[in-house]
Amino acid sequence: MLVNLPGPWSPLLGRLALSEIPYTNPILAPLFVIIVLAGIALVVGITYYGKWGYLWKEWFTTVDHKKLGIMYIILGLIMLFRGFIDGLMMRTQQMLAVGSGHNGMPLMGAIHGYLAPFHFGQIYSAHGLIMILLAATPLLVGIMNIIVPLQIGARDMAYPYLNALGLWITAAAVFLIMISLFVGDFSHNGWFGYAPIFELAYSPGVGVDYWIWTLELVALGTTLGSINFLATVVKMRAPGVTWTRLPVFTWTAVSANIIALTSFPCLQVALALVGADRYLGTHFFTAGFGGNLMLYTNLFWLWGHPEVYFVILPAFGMISEVIPTFSEKPIFGYITMVLASFAIAGVSWIVWLHHFFTMGMGPYVSTEFSVATMLVGIPTGVKVFNWTFTMYRGRLTFSSAMIWSIGALFLLLIGGLTGMMLSIPAINYMVHNSVFVVAHFHMMLLCIVYAVFSAIIFWFPKVFGFKLNEAWGKIMFWLFSAGTFLVFFPMFMLGFMGETRRLDWPFNLQWAPWFDIQEVGIAVYVLSVLAFLWLIYVSIRDRAENRVGADAWGTSRSLEWITDSPVPFYNFAMVPHVNHRDEAAWRREHGFSDKRPEKFAAIHMPNNTPVAIVIGALTFVIGFGLTWRIWWLTVAALVLTVLVMIYRSGKGDPGYIITAEEMEKMDRESRQKMDDGHAPLPKGGGYTGGTVTAYSAEVGDPGSQSTPPGNSRPLS
Amino acid sequence: MSSAHEKPVDPDQVVLWSDDYEGHDVISTRTFGFWMYILSDGMLFATLFAAYGVLSYSHSYYTGPTPAQFVAPWYTFIQTMALFLSVLAYGFSMAAMKTGSKAGVINGIVASMVLGAVFIGLDIHDVLRMISMGVTPEVSGGLSAFYALTQVHAAHIFVGLIWMLVMLYQILKKGFTEDVVGRLISLRMFWQFQAVMWVFIYVFVYLWGYMS
Repeated sequence: MLVNLPGPWSPLLGRLALSEIPYTNPILAPLFVIIVLAGIALVVGITYYGKWGYLWKEWFTTVDHKKLGIMYIILGLIMLFRGFIDGLMMRTQQMLAVGSGHNGMPLMGAIHGYLAPFHFGQIYSAHGLIMILLAATPLLVGIMNIIVPLQIGARDMAYPYLNALGLWITAAAVFLIMISLFVGDFSHNGWFGYAPIFELAYSPGVGVDYWIWTLELVALGTTLGSINFLATVVKMRAPGVTWTRLPVFTWTAVSANIIALTSFPCLQVALALVGADRYLGTHFFTAGFGGNLMLYTNLFWLWGHPEVYFVILPAFGMISEVIPTFSEKPIFGYITMVLASFAIAGVSWIVWLHHFFTMGMGPYVSTEFSVATMLVGIPTGVKVFNWTFTMYRGRLTFSSAMIWSIGALFLLLIGGLTGMMLSIPAINYMVHNSVFVVAHFHMMLLCIVYAVFSAIIFWFPKVFGFKLNEAWGKIMFWLFSAGTFLVFFPMFMLGFMGETRRLDWPFNLQWAPWFDIQEVGIAVYVLSVLAFLWLIYVSIRDRAENRVGADAWGTSRSLEWITDSPVPFYNFAMVPHVNHRDEAAWRREHGFSDKRPEKFAAIHMPNNTPVAIVIGALTFVIGFGLTWRIWWLTVAALVLTVLVMIYRSGKGDPGYIITAEEMEKMDRESRQKMDDGHAPLPKGGGYTGGTVTAYSAEVGDPGSQSTPPGNSRPLS
Repeated sequence: MSSAHEKPVDPDQVVLWSDDYEGHDVISTRTFGFWMYILSDGMLFATLFAAYGVLSYSHSYYTGPTPAQFVAPWYTFIQTMALFLSVLAYGFSMAAMKTGSKAGVINGIVASMVLGAVFIGLDIHDVLRMISMGVTPEVSGGLSAFYALTQVHAAHIFVGLIWMLVMLYQILKKGFTEDVVGRLISLRMFWQFQAVMWVFIYVFVYLWGYMS
């Protein structure tokens, strides 16, 4: 059953050997030293300040959806940075390597540029995988984790422990891909892998194994998370939160998690079959023995395309929350917004073949997938028009969150229109695997990143109780946008000029100026990273001046804005009764903003548990053991995982009760800690002062024939 | 002026907090979540079926044997019966739970486990028989897909048996607590779902394979 390995293997250490540690590599060795030193400094620092107990009690064992969400976001931001560094290395390589022959400055054993092809291959593979699955996905899951329960008036997710488990399994995936930097290699076959080059015969190292198990772990973590989100929204809504009163962000979370729940198993199976080929010698995707190469590509993109909508839909939801708030108008076309989300989710299942029109499936199949792909443009167009009409005649405030959202719309436009071009098979054949395609999907993914930064700025005061610095948020926006422009517009050009993707050696000298412009863009991106760090620093430094009340922006709309900022661990002292789709706007409108519950009831909260982080650590060991084929370690960790799960199941979690008196006391304290509750109303744009009155009228609402929003507020 | 101002909401009548909200129902929330898991498990099997479908052309078997040469539908029919009776026994166990009969539940689960173990035993025996004939997953893509589909199902059954064992212990130790009842309902869904998957496997892999 088990395949014969090319190279040494020992029962104790599997394929692991000292020679697998790249201590001679002039990039990785110093990086390793730096990371080890930083790690030691961190450990010493935490020990010195005696914070281990705090970290363990408050963060590592927590089941609080907000803290888990924060950890997801931190994880996502770290991996966003790692992925960005990979991008920087690729851009620099192409800038240095361009030329017809040896460019006269051989570095690190590379003939062209400074990276050998094998190393370059690992970098672009890791870049893609990290950016999509370990940066975008955790960022979005983190924000959903924090906001969805708040928007539906729940105290936590449906399964708080499962939520923690999802986070720690994702963290295990992150550790696995990070350790591949320093122990062994990573896959060099692209983030989605190609059959049959990922077979053991052609990729004998451990790189592909790292890739398989990293993806399997993320897939597992995300599937668990999606079950949790769906159960939360279906079962945990507060009284009055009917389906037509769910905020659009929560709706997009529902549609996205339906996609995740149904599509991630396809990925898990596809990769398990690659694993079977590599470990057990089966012939699913081999070039001979009855294997089918394109089966892999089909299975992968059967997941892959729903996955890209899994990441774009919550981003749409975020934009749908930010734009109404800063337009002081309800979202335009709520129903169509929801329907469009589900239309996108549905169509995501019937377009996967457009990733490989060149497979040659004949005109009829190509046409079907071409038309289906074009169909995506309809609901997406609906959404874009809805956002535009929301802004139309609104009182726009160009706060930093708002300009990030507007920026996302521009990228969505560029990415969407180039996507329409690519949906035409005749064009697709011409630009397939060119950097034109790369530029297209970077526009889409950057649209997500813009929406994420918008959402982070928007919801930061809700979670932490103070606003991020507006000026630095805007500076970062303009730097980031300049970087985007400078890197990806030349990439569209290069695509038309015939540059294929993943070139470690772009031979055409005429491309050189474009690579130079891209490198300048990367430098501007570096500045935007620094601006982000400075933004965080400045905001924390000046937090006392930027404290906010419950309604942080003064024009907020959905339910999360009626509870205190920062959100107390129990979310709502009393479960709210929701009267309107835009509950916060409705309460403000009717003068109930300052009303607090007068009667309190005892509540039941889950206990913290160390089980989730233990299982996360064990799944990392399983992944590591499988990668290096250390069978005893894998089996031991697997058995331990099952035993821990059974132990936890036997122990159960009785939770604990907060009595009504304690609740009342905590609510009073939370109130006193908070700002006076009257955030200064935003300045700028069309803002003219006065109270905000625009809220969306529902069918059946008393007096639902609302006047145009432009006139709906008495001007002072 | 907005219309809402013309008809102001009476501040004394409006309900802002849900004073008598009981919270969500634990068992129904748990059951809904498990339904979601079943859906993803269904997609897992659907993908394996797709792989089997793509890898069951005559050229997929390379020069090796095709299912017609090695599957034994009558033997597998005994497996089918074992699994169906196991589901039936589990159903009796759940009926006993409604009357609160601990003995009835335990008997049902034990019977279900024995029949599940028979299924697994027959499966292992069948696999050993095929391996002795030289029908192994390494022979061809078609056989790889055959083994993947059938043995992933068998792995699910194995997990179900461990789960039953754990539940027996928990029933004896804790009785019918909310957690235990919720888990028993989830296990019923899991067990029935595996039986449904087996119907598809039996028809498409064993019967169809035998006839083609």
